[in-house]
Amino acid sequence: MKDLIAKLKKHYKLTEPDYRRADLTFVTAQKDELRSLLIALRDIEGFTHLVLLTAVDWLEEGLFQLTYMLNNRAANRTLALRVMIPRANAVGDTIHDLWPTAETYQRELREMFGIDFPGSPRVNDEFILEGWTDMPPYRRDFDSLAYSLQTYRERPGRVTHDPREHMKKALYPDQKPEAAK
Amino acid sequence: MKHFDPTFKKDTEKEFPLREEMRPRTVETPDGQTIEIEPLKDYFCEAPPKVHPKAYSKIVEDFYNWARAESLWILGFGTGCGAIEMRPLMTPRFDAYRWGIQWRPTPRQSNLLMISGYLSIKTLKRAIRAYEQMQQPKYVVGLGSCTINGGMYWDSYNTIKRLDDYLPVDMYIAGCMPRPEALLAGFVALKKIIKAGKAEGANLYAENFAQYKANQKAVIKDWDMPDYSW
Repeated sequence: MKDLIAKLKKHYKLTEPDYRRADLTFVTAQKDELRSLLIALRDIEGFTHLVLLTAVDWLEEGLFQLTYMLNNRAANRTLALRVMIPRANAVGDTIHDLWPTAETYQRELREMFGIDFPGSPRVNDEFILEGWTDMPPYRRDFDSLAYSLQTYRERPGRVTHDPREHMKKALYPDQKPEAAK
Repeated sequence: MKHFDPTFKKDTEKEFPLREEMRPRTVETPDGQTIEIEPLKDYFCEAPPKVHPKAYSKIVEDFYNWARAESLWILGFGTGCGAIEMRPLMTPRFDAYRWGIQWRPTPRQSNLLMISGYLSIKTLKRAIRAYEQMQQPKYVVGLGSCTINGGMYWDSYNTIKRLDDYLPVDMYIAGCMPRPEALLAGFVALKKIIKAGKAEGANLYAENFAQYKANQKAVIKDWDMPDYSW
């Protein structure tokens, strides 16, 4: 993979790559270079398969990370491109014309993270949720438990045991619990 | 319990607009007439369900209940993983047909709705419609901890926790998931309840119809169906 990264670095601004495995590398690219980079990888370097397009919410940094994972089947290599976009009014560049499957991923990101992809077909249609009116649920500032407590009624009587304490009691009933230090 | 943000407030202001194809409007028919249509009213009867009266004497009612208990026809509506646990019941190993239990493809032919696992809001909507299309007397059985208290979906944003808020449940079978043997034990217990004349879920639904509808509409935001769709 090092040869490929060195070749790409001649033309594009990339950060220091993260070599996870011999056949898997992560690298961060610039947002404005993303499209030409994807086209170069697809048409010249043989990365013909879009494995996935997903997002990571960097809440503290105020960023969304879009991950485009590409696979070169013939060379058995996977390259993941990371692109950071601002979290407020997040807008990504649509790539549905490069890989038609991206349309589905972009619809999912629009619904679950609220990242818009202008020009992507049916991007504003509902994807999985039906009649969702709150903020996109995969955003980290959406508190799933708090939402659930405010929406669905609990049935009383539910208890949770700490597994470590429970097993200690079950296995060593004679041993006294440790005094707090 | 997992920690949560106490300052998080759910957005209760926003309403989901009625889908365009469901809105009342004026259309031109192929033969040139102009007519007003209201899709939610035109194709459905909105009369609320009625309480099913008991037979005129106790011995007849007992006979009816015996007959009802001995032919439980299940609507094959599979939600969640419990749908997998129901399939072995059809096979020779467990053979639920010995108890007069069989699976039917449509709500019209069945009198037992098995909610076989978690219900997301999207599935709940379909389950309610299926239940309302079944003919009385009808029964609901909830399978597994998901229908009882949310189970492993206790902190999910899109999964209901208590099934009996939305549908009248006659019997819960606990487990995650209950084995087919547990299901058979549950069926036998349900038969006892029906024979004793205590499986009054459908009548409960008719009596507390407004409350059930209010609960259902509180979670199903895009309510694009009639209030009662039999």
